[in-house]
Amino acid sequence: AVPRRLCILKGIYPHEPKHKKKVNKGSTAPRTFYLLKDIKFLLHEPIVNKFREYKVFVRKLRKAYGKSEWGTVDRLKNNKPTYKLDHIVKERYPTFVDALRDLDDALSMCFLFSTFPRTGKCHVQTIQLCRRLAVEFLNYVIASRSLRKVFLSIKGIYYQAEVLGQPITWITPYAFSHDHPTDVDYRVMATFTEFYTTLLGFVNFRLYQSLNLLYPPKIDGQADVELKAAEGKEYAMDSESYLEKLSALSASLARVVAPTHEDEVEMDEFPVEGETAEQMDARKKEQEALEKHKKLFEGLRFFLNREVPREPLAFVIRCFGGQVSWDKSLCIGATYDVSDPSITHHIVDRPQVGLQVVGRYYLQPQWVFDSVNAKMCLPVADYFPGVLLPPHLSPFVTEQEGDYIPPEKLKLLAMQRGENPDEESEEEDEEEEEEEDEEDDNDKEEEEEDESEKEEEMKLKKMEEQKTQSTKALPVKVTAGKVRLEDKQRLEQEQQSEEKRLAIMMMKKREKYLYKKIMFGKKRKVREANKLAAKRKAHDTAVKEEKKKSKKARRA
Amino acid sequence: PLSSAPLQDIRNTVGNIPMEWYQDFPHIGYNLDGKKIYKPIRNKDELDMFLEKMENPDYWRTVQDKMTGADIKLTDEQVELVQRLQKGQFGDVNFDPYEPAVDFFTHEVMIHPVTNRPADKRSFIPSLTEKEKVSKLVHAIKMGWIKPRKPKDDTPTYYDLWAHEDPNSILGRHKMHVPAPKMKLPGHEESYNPPPEYLLSEEEKLAWEQQEPAERKLNFVPQQFRCLRAVPAYPRFIHERFERCLDLYLCPRQRKMRVNVDPEDLIPKLPKPRDLQPFPTTQALVYRGHSSLVRCLSISPSGQWLVSGSDDGTVRFWEVCTARCMKTLPAGGVVKSVAWNPNPTICLVAICVEQSVLLVNPCLGDKLLYGATDQLLESYEAPEEERVQPVQWVTATTEEHGKGIRLIVQHSKALKQVTWHGKGDYFASVVSDNSNMQVLIHQTSKRWSQNPFRKSKGLVQCVLFHPIRPYFFVATQRYIRVYNLLKQELTKKLMTNCKWVSSMSIHPGGDNIICGSYDSKLAWFDLDLSTRPYQLLRHHKKALRSVAFHKRYPLFASGSDDGTVIVCHGMVYNDLLQNPLLVPVKVLKGHALTLDLGVLDVLFHPTQPWVFSSGADSTIRLYT
Repeated sequence: AVPRRLCILKGIYPHEPKHKKKVNKGSTAPRTFYLLKDIKFLLHEPIVNKFREYKVFVRKLRKAYGKSEWGTVDRLKNNKPTYKLDHIVKERYPTFVDALRDLDDALSMCFLFSTFPRTGKCHVQTIQLCRRLAVEFLNYVIASRSLRKVFLSIKGIYYQAEVLGQPITWITPYAFSHDHPTDVDYRVMATFTEFYTTLLGFVNFRLYQSLNLLYPPKIDGQADVELKAAEGKEYAMDSESYLEKLSALSASLARVVAPTHEDEVEMDEFPVEGETAEQMDARKKEQEALEKHKKLFEGLRFFLNREVPREPLAFVIRCFGGQVSWDKSLCIGATYDVSDPSITHHIVDRPQVGLQVVGRYYLQPQWVFDSVNAKMCLPVADYFPGVLLPPHLSPFVTEQEGDYIPPEKLKLLAMQRGENPDEESEEEDEEEEEEEDEEDDNDKEEEEEDESEKEEEMKLKKMEEQKTQSTKALPVKVTAGKVRLEDKQRLEQEQQSEEKRLAIMMMKKREKYLYKKIMFGKKRKVREANKLAAKRKAHDTAVKEEKKKSKKARRA
Repeated sequence: PLSSAPLQDIRNTVGNIPMEWYQDFPHIGYNLDGKKIYKPIRNKDELDMFLEKMENPDYWRTVQDKMTGADIKLTDEQVELVQRLQKGQFGDVNFDPYEPAVDFFTHEVMIHPVTNRPADKRSFIPSLTEKEKVSKLVHAIKMGWIKPRKPKDDTPTYYDLWAHEDPNSILGRHKMHVPAPKMKLPGHEESYNPPPEYLLSEEEKLAWEQQEPAERKLNFVPQQFRCLRAVPAYPRFIHERFERCLDLYLCPRQRKMRVNVDPEDLIPKLPKPRDLQPFPTTQALVYRGHSSLVRCLSISPSGQWLVSGSDDGTVRFWEVCTARCMKTLPAGGVVKSVAWNPNPTICLVAICVEQSVLLVNPCLGDKLLYGATDQLLESYEAPEEERVQPVQWVTATTEEHGKGIRLIVQHSKALKQVTWHGKGDYFASVVSDNSNMQVLIHQTSKRWSQNPFRKSKGLVQCVLFHPIRPYFFVATQRYIRVYNLLKQELTKKLMTNCKWVSSMSIHPGGDNIICGSYDSKLAWFDLDLSTRPYQLLRHHKKALRSVAFHKRYPLFASGSDDGTVIVCHGMVYNDLLQNPLLVPVKVLKGHALTLDLGVLDVLFHPTQPWVFSSGADSTIRLYT
């Protein structure tokens, strides 16, 4: 167990030897191999001695308990050996950016542990610490407005923030109690969490410092006073309520220095060498888009209904400059009431809203997430309560050429480019309706078609007559020429493909293997894309048919 | 006690018992006279109770006497008592709980103490046990067994760890370090409301369930929820985090370079087949007539006649240009091999039928020519002394003579192959046997046979004469041995790198050999270069049955069980430094697969760039 803990804390991982047989005494049975260098490195770690001390302490304590020497127990407990992981963090991540790069797992783990119940499984202090660090990080992301993407998956909610240019992705589970599995070793997870909390604490400190915020975080002065006055003595423990207020994510944080408008001063432009004007322009544009994205919800006031998951929504909305509130009985930190007339968006997750107030949109929560991912406020019509929602797409997918792109994404891309696909789609709908109408009067048309066929026959006859009369085979010649041309092209293509096939036959064995592998991968990709497209088509036609049926039923 | 004012004395005599015991009886106890006390008649239902509650102003102070079952209205005193008890006060109004306390012993020192015992001695001298204890502690501290309480560590838990980022602190370890790959980002199918095409159909779901968890492409089933409120907790969330932890500390990490090659770059640049013309490209003629698979082909040196042997027991002679069957010779058995004498002045065909080689004069073409051949055969004079021969030379009977058969060489075992020497006098036959008698060399003019080998070197597949020099090639299963017939020694042993050689052919220049094998490989040997193949070509998908060189053009062909004939350009340069150039130029298809057999023999026309192929579909095809 101790070596395992050491490996986890120091980040030592096994290596795959170059010659498996050589190191494994001739056998190829699967075994894990560590570098000797790594093991020696572990032995030099001062924390090994701390672990030993702790072991001795536990033994002594057990003995004292056994002998009922309470005095000794007290003395031992007073001198309980502790250890710190600071130096390991520093050693594993010599620069701050390194630490940021490895923050994904740390965040996911802390968010998971912070949702654990306070009984069993792990120490209460760990859970509290995880919760505190997670909330601090969320507050930092709000303060720096660095959230970029959100994704509601069936596993949990994925967030992606960009901190100092590093994309940091983490996942939080939905707020339900866990069904704790039995085949999971919680001690391993606890060891990881021990390291991750240390890491995250230092990272948080540094991040807060970089924004001139106080650490540990303080809620901004005025708001703090108001809150205190409002809450009165309802909460017995001040520290706990403070954390809760923080985790409400509704108040801004106190700064070390009063916020000056330094940030808004435009950066001097330093032309980078070897960069053309176009690149500069593109970069500038990107910068502007980013700024715009950051102020997506600026000036909007949201109200969260009680069935809506409060924390993720409050976090996302505040990250993009919106103001948010909720029912006072739902959680501490509500800033305004339902009846506030200045509310612009009311987030509801019910099929129907009982009493609607004029002057605000009632929307489903997906609108917030989709808007963030689309980097623009989407049209609200698709997201009204009780409406069948448009699909929620993953913002992490960047389609390459040849990949399958769902039609919703195409629509979204068009919208981002500034076109207005809505009208088109409406037109399409109209067209569809027209088509339906046409189909309704199919019988008539068929008759017409018959007539037209007759007419065509007549025409053909006339043409033949003309030909025989004129006895000139000019048009015949033209058609013959065309046919030949096509033949030539096809022949050429065939020849080329055959040449290629023959050349493939002459490849070396290894290259042929590689080639076949690459081609197989490509073909599989195409096949998958085609399959998805076919499925979509089938689904669309099924939906259309159903629509038609219902329409007919309505008409009847 | 509550029934303090009874009008008549209805005292219950049951005593202090749980009154539930009388629940099911009409009476509630017995009076002093031993008569039953009946329960008061209760016919009030809920409504009556409610009405009473509403209307009776004394309802709140009415209680039921459990002993008698009668309703009793409490008096004001009783109500007051109840209220006092409820407040936790004493029941007696007059009781004063705060009376001044009178000490039993006074704290003031009196002149007469209660006890007057003198103080103990032990209260004057230091305690020994305490001393012992103290000295133990002192000793323990001295010895370092007890440590004084540690001073509280008051450094903050978190501080700016990276305040002084030192570039020197980046050690070799960090350069060697392979950071763990990040977790895969979720795609559309993981969404709680994915586009409908990402949802699994019933069959896909079933297939997903039947797959091993490690083999699944997705580790979850995509699901669609109508709204965010309906999304449940993901049951495997903790599992996934745990697996990630295991990956982080138990998975070996390795840097793998992704090959980022354009597949088009891998295709070798070869000269265009168009520049390598002439070669056969299209099927020109089909020779039909056989009723079973056509095993072997041979062509007259002039290129006008074609002979084919088939499993239906006939040998047919065809005119090449017209596809007309000129002659059919019933051979009386499966024809394994035919060979036309390469000498243009002799018109003779050797045919392998079961245990004998028939030498047949087809009587086609120039009458002078075939007459001369007959004369040549008849001019044979038997030597004086009979020599012992491994085979029997028999002259054909008149009936057979009429068919064209001139000589019969009878072997002791079934034959496999027959091949002529370039000059047309000698021919070699291969017997399917495991002894040293497998290969025999015969001389037609002297009707004399000999066995060149003393020892068997394995199962001989085929033999071949060198076109120019006195070399003899023997292909066994895996090797080709080259013998010098003059010196009577082994010159070379070629490793074919194949499992089972099926056929071989020699370049007219005599320095290059190709050999086909049943493991669908074709090996090209350069005899000057090495005993290993210069190139192994894996063009066919199935076993090669036959290979052939063209006499004039730099072409060679191979026929395979997959029903195709592949014609390759095989240029051999006179310059010894330049390696032969091998380019496949055409894949010829036409033969239908029957009994899993495709092409059985291929043969080039001696002068034209034409190729013949005989197939298991009992046809012979000519490609020009």
